[in-house]
Amino acid sequence: MDENTIICRCSDVTLKEIRDLIKQGYDTFDEIKRITRVGMGPCQGRTCTPLVLKEIANITGKPLSEIMPGTFRPPVKSIKLGEISDNYLDGGDIDD
Amino acid sequence: MINSAEIVIIGGGISGCSIAYNLAKKGVKNVVVIEKDYLASGATGRCGAGIRQQWGTERNCKMSSLACNFYENAAEELGYEGDIEFKQGGYLILSSTEKEHEQFKKNVKLQNSLGINSKLISLKEAKKIVPFLNTEGLVSATFYEKDGHLNPFYTTEAFALAAQRLGVKFYKHTEVTDIIVENAKIKGVKTNKGDISTNIVVNAAGGYSQIVGKMAGIDIPTYSERHQILVTEPLEPILEPMVMSFSLNLYCQQVPHGGIIMGRGDTDEPKDLRVTSGWHFLDEMTHTITNILPPLRDARVIRTWAGLYNLSPDRQPILGPVDKVEGLYLAVGFSGHGFMFGPATGLLISESILGEETTLPIDVYNLNRFEKGNLIFEPSVV
Repeated sequence: MDENTIICRCSDVTLKEIRDLIKQGYDTFDEIKRITRVGMGPCQGRTCTPLVLKEIANITGKPLSEIMPGTFRPPVKSIKLGEISDNYLDGGDIDD
Repeated sequence: MINSAEIVIIGGGISGCSIAYNLAKKGVKNVVVIEKDYLASGATGRCGAGIRQQWGTERNCKMSSLACNFYENAAEELGYEGDIEFKQGGYLILSSTEKEHEQFKKNVKLQNSLGINSKLISLKEAKKIVPFLNTEGLVSATFYEKDGHLNPFYTTEAFALAAQRLGVKFYKHTEVTDIIVENAKIKGVKTNKGDISTNIVVNAAGGYSQIVGKMAGIDIPTYSERHQILVTEPLEPILEPMVMSFSLNLYCQQVPHGGIIMGRGDTDEPKDLRVTSGWHFLDEMTHTITNILPPLRDARVIRTWAGLYNLSPDRQPILGPVDKVEGLYLAVGFSGHGFMFGPATGLLISESILGEETTLPIDVYNLNRFEKGNLIFEPSVV
């Protein structure tokens, strides 16, 4: 594949950048995410995560099943702050 | 893995990396940093990453000024090829009660006497800085344009790479399981990848400081507490300074990438090591921020996360040697300010270990202050 291919469309991260980082020792999804912002954009990694995991597997030689995809964080879909605030209940229960 | 080291630092966050860099710069060979996950994986990489010099005690003003001056030239000093994204957009700190306003007057006077040219300003002046600020219910504000924030991942990486070039060894994904102490002297550390003999251990374990303390047989009066943050989708630049309020319990800033990051504390938070996200925070945070900065109603939250504050009884760091265990040093209990103090922490701890005169007094931050009852009361913390 062309190394200039964009892997993360939210943060414009190329395949080459990902491969270079893995070779430098940034060999977990979490580390690559924090350095490149891959998976931090509005899509929250829906496109890039499997692509990055596959690159880590290819370069490190570890099976894909052993490579952690990082933490999936709420919310599942982006929401306007005002929409959440409008449903605010004063003194509402701690439900987490 | 090597089996002996001059100094073993436990924790690869900003404190551990800064201490390692400073020691190596002073010529110490064979310094090792042990990190159970990866660099900046704990509190450092999860923090709000703000840098402020507007404090209510002289020592905190001096610590933060030292750190801020360092950050202004950090990329050059550390030889970092990337950008640590230091944005000095200032801190706009809001008061919402007369009592807080009175405290701000004292703070500004103190800060000005130390060369920190903060200003007490009216709400009208505050609106010039943030035009869409809702001033209803507010009393006044303070502002200092040299405060700001930077990228915690790049900053930590910059320290780590500089330290590495000076010979420091980093072992990530390596967990310290025990500290060997004989006759009240440090003799080594055990890890899940092998043992390292050493006479000096630095506990820079952030949220795990109290657990690492127990490994060396000492009780550190710190505990950890989850603090949550949310970030919005990237937006055009609309918010120049960090907006913060102690009484309203919030901080909010727009990072260079465009996302707006905001957080607040929760007094009902239990003392534990959770870093999960909860719905309650989202509820409280959006309610608070849409009131104070109404246009943010239309910004979309894309992610929430959490990290650990490592809190000490007086909400001030515990720094320096431990009386009861020779060779054990602490850089813990930062209570939410570890990142901004990072450069000062590294300098002071390295000076302390090498027996040099410290650039700023470090004895006041010693663990023994709790036995002596010399607590440090800082009026300006979130």
